[in-house]
This record gives sequence, structure tokens and C-alpha cells, in this order.
Amino acid sequence: MTTQTLPEAQAASATISPAVDVRLLGVRKAYGDVVAVDGVDLEIEAGEFFTLLGPSGSGKTTTLRLIAGFERPDSGRIELSGVDVTGRAPYERDVNTVFQDYALFPHMTVADNVAYGLRVKGVPRAERRRRVEQILQVARLPNVADRKPIQLSGGQRQRIALARALVNAPKVLLLDEPLGALDLKLRQEMQIELKRIQREVSEVGITFVYVTHDQEEALTMSDRLAVFNEGRIEQLGTPAEVYEHPATEFVAGFVGISNVLERDGRRFTVRPEKVQMHFGANDGGEPGRIRDVVYVGMFTRYVVELDSGGELTVVRQNLETSSADALESRGRRVRLEWRPEHTFDMERPGGHE
Amino acid sequence: METRAARISLSIWTLAVVLFLWLPLVLICVYAFNSSNIQSWPIAGFTTKWFSSAWHDQDARDALVLSLKAAGLATVVAIALGTAAAAAVSRFRFFGRDAITFLLVLPIALPGVVTGIALNSFFGNNPVHHFNPGLLTIVIGHATFCIVIVYNNVVARLRRTQTSLTEASMDLGADGWQTFRFVTLPVVSTALVAGALLAFALSFDEVIVTTFTAGAQNTLPIWILGNLRLGQQLPQVNVVVFFVIVMTVIPVAIAARLTRDTGILRRR
Repeated sequence: MTTQTLPEAQAASATISPAVDVRLLGVRKAYGDVVAVDGVDLEIEAGEFFTLLGPSGSGKTTTLRLIAGFERPDSGRIELSGVDVTGRAPYERDVNTVFQDYALFPHMTVADNVAYGLRVKGVPRAERRRRVEQILQVARLPNVADRKPIQLSGGQRQRIALARALVNAPKVLLLDEPLGALDLKLRQEMQIELKRIQREVSEVGITFVYVTHDQEEALTMSDRLAVFNEGRIEQLGTPAEVYEHPATEFVAGFVGISNVLERDGRRFTVRPEKVQMHFGANDGGEPGRIRDVVYVGMFTRYVVELDSGGELTVVRQNLETSSADALESRGRRVRLEWRPEHTFDMERPGGHE
Repeated sequence: METRAARISLSIWTLAVVLFLWLPLVLICVYAFNSSNIQSWPIAGFTTKWFSSAWHDQDARDALVLSLKAAGLATVVAIALGTAAAAAVSRFRFFGRDAITFLLVLPIALPGVVTGIALNSFFGNNPVHHFNPGLLTIVIGHATFCIVIVYNNVVARLRRTQTSLTEASMDLGADGWQTFRFVTLPVVSTALVAGALLAFALSFDEVIVTTFTAGAQNTLPIWILGNLRLGQQLPQVNVVVFFVIVMTVIPVAIAARLTRDTGILRRR
């Protein structure tokens, strides 16, 4: 199935491909006084689903644009499959991009949009047609080939943008917040779709580099992720590593809920679902008072003010609690307990937090 | 009730303005069919004989040919230069960009008589080349304001176009020329055509700049003016005026349709 889909790329990957597909070395980019990317080192392995996660203005999109070639770094080096491409134009790099606003050509049909990359590279017409049909099958949109982009829904446009990039069988696929414009339900559907598509093309070795500010999206989809803050990478690792062992206070706050306490000169974090909350006065743990209650349907978030200083957010599933019960508990005295192995030491806040 | 009264009075007012603008034009078109050669209202009778006599007037024909040539060439020059300028201004950030934008648009605000005198003096007396008045000088004169028309239309379209389109094209492997050919040009094409039609219409009925650049030659508007001044062939003049109105209204109407969504329709 997959081998039929993208035969050219498979042929290409049959030659020995280096394990590292994308390498950034000390890459820096400033716009006037604003440093967008401040010395980023990064190695993304072949076939990986790698996410650049961070708030807006953290440098993740600029990093993606540097890899695509839309921006030139002020200093540093960018390698694709071991080849220095720092000075190369976008059309001289074996990467393709899925844009946040899709950037579909409004005057072309869907088929012409998808065929564009093949056309400018001089692939014969019949071959072009065949590959466009195949990729539209993979994107599960075989019946819209003759329509114009404006006649499609947001979700369909998203798939076309993806197909238009994938049809070229690039070594690396760059995705710039591709699901940002979709509503929640569609977004969750597309998250699963994207993973399916990556699996389907993974035998031919397409590396996905994905930019998002949505931590949940990053945790669900990535093999590894890099958390960006103010132009630097704060932490790099698998979703579980980053979520369970946040290295800095920023990461703890941005990926999940910031639950940082200071006890006996030790700063540490504990995830909200790892904290147990007891209403009885005689149970163990630290005493405190519920300051705020947020009912979220499946679960309820409690913000607890601790007597010995600091605040913790606690998440409880609403097994037998109704929204009324939950909201009533505001102001009640509770005791919080957690296991030492669920706490993780924080680095001292660095210069950039 | 108030809103209804307001709506009615507003309609009447609008109608009055439209009549104010169009009544003289309609009247002269009606006179073109007047069977008497003396203009008086109501017209004496209906005829189309002035059309054939105007058509067979050699001077009028020469003027028409010159006008069409001048407007056509000025439009071609405007398309080439106006599009290039629009692409440069909207694509690149460079030193003096705002100044260049200003310099490009300014000629349309300058009084025609100033442009005319300046060009006349330049053509006759500059250190590089002496231009004899003729088609070339008319085309150059008209191009000074035609370029702005095309530029304005194209730049407005480019401003509304996603910048990611050109990036997407390059990303998919197209170099600068392919991107221009396959993406930029098709995206601006309707704005370009609209600009060209407007430029053609403006050039076709231009009088002031032409007066200073045409020398002894007559374009159609100059021919009209000359005959009016001498009181000659007034029925034929009416026919030619009718023709000029049609030649102006049609391209402007098409241009307005093409740029409906951008709403860029500027006249001097």
C-alpha cells in the first residue's frame, strides 16, 4: 500500500540515509533588536515526528521558517541529511511546508494545487496525474480534484495543503500550526489523521517537524518535542519525559499546570493528578484551604492554598461528584498528599524566565 | 416613519446627483442623432446620417487612429512598468520604499497643465535627445499617469493576497520566475486588466497633456476641441463625442466589474 504510494521517495531512501535528518548548529536570527532565535542547537532524526512547542513569540515558527529557507540565519548552520543548506533558497531544499493559512493557490483547482510541485520540477503530465490521484487517496479526498480551494471546508483545505506537500515525497515535512484554524472536534480528528498519514508514509522515511503552541497536541502526537521559550530550547525529550520531569519552571508551567512548591530550600514540581486530596482532618499530608474550584465536566480542578506557603492545583475525576458538590467545596479545609517519587526538582530560574 | 422619509429624500437626492452628472452626456448623445445641423431642443428629427459622414471624414479618421495607437501604447508601457513597480514595492523592503511609492502616485495629482508644460520643455530642450512631437511624445506623456492607474490596481490586489502564496510556490520548488508566472501573475490578472482598461480610457480622452506633447497632430479629443473652437462640423463632433463616451464608459465599466471586490476605481 505505502510502497505504491510514494515509490520515488522509497527509491531515494534505499540509499543509505544518515540517522539525523535536520541539524541546527548555533542558529541565531534577529529582527532589529528582537532576537527571535537565540542560538538553537537541534538534531531531528529521520522518520521522527518532532514538535517545536512554545508560546507565540518563542521562536518556534522562525525556527521552522529557517529550516524551510524562508529566512536566513544571522549565524549558525542548518543541515539537511548531512548537507549544509544554510545559504540555499527554499526551492533548493528537499523540504515541504504545510502553512498555517494553507496558502492554497486560489486560481487553481485542487488537482493543480497538488500537482504544482511536480509540474515545476518537470514531471510528465501522466505521471503527475497518477501521483496526485494516489496522494488524494491517502488524504481521503478523492472526489474534490476539480474544485477550487474556495469551495472546500477548512478541514478539506487542510488535507489538500498536506497532500500538496506530501506528493513531492520530501525528506522533511514542516507543519506550521496546521490545525490552528480548525475547531476543536475537527482538530482532534486531524491529529489522529496526521499520525495515520505519517505512519503510512513512514516506511519511505518522511520526517515530520511540527510547530504548535498547544501542549496537548504536542504531547499526543510527538515522538520527541522541544519546548521553546524566548528563542531558546528549554527542554528536549519525549512527551513523557517533558511532562513528568519538567526541567525548568517555564516548562512545568507551559506543559501542563505549573505546580511549583518550595520546601526546605528545595524547589520542586508535582503534577496535579498525582496529588491526593483528603477532606478528613486526621488524614496525612499538608493542610490547606480550597481557594478556587473549576468544574471541567470530566474532572474538577481545585486550587488549594497551603498553610505552609504556596499553592497547588489538584485534579480529581468526577466519579461521584456533581458540579454542585464540587463548587460547594470552595473554602473547605483539606489535606494534600503526594509521593516523593512524583516530585521533581526544578532548576533555579535562569536568566530567561 | 422617519427612516422611510429619510430613505425617500435620500433617493431623490441621489437621483439629482446622477442627473447632474449624466444629463449633459445623454443630451450630447441625443444630438448625435439630430437631423438638423443646428443644436436646439427638442431635436428636429432622428437620423444616423452624421455617423456615416463622420466616419468618412479623413481628419476624424486620422485622429481616431492616432488616439487608438497612443492609448494602446501608453497602456502597454503602463502594464509593464506599473506591474513591475507594484511587485517591487509590495514584495521587498528597501531603503526609500515609501518615497518611491509617493513619487509613483504623485503624477496623478499634478495638474495636467504642469505635466504638459514640463514634458514639452523636456522634449524640446534636454541634454540627451531632442524629441520631435509625435506619437512617441504623446505616449510618454500619457504613460506618466497611466502607470499610476495600473500600479494602484495591482498593488491593492497584492496587498490583499496572502504572502504565503509566493512562499508556498518557492517551497514547492518553483524559482522566482516560475513563481511570478504561475502564481503572482494569475492572482493579479484581473486587477491588471482592470488597471489597463482604465488607463486606456484615461489616455483615450486626454486633452491637456496631449496639447503640450502632440505638436501639429490631432488625437480625437484635440480634433473635437479644434472643431468646436472654429464652429465647424458640429454634427460630426457630436457623433465623435458619442463615440468617445462609449469608448470610455465600456472599459471603465468592465474594470469596475473586474475589481468589484477590491473597489479600486480611481479617476483624476
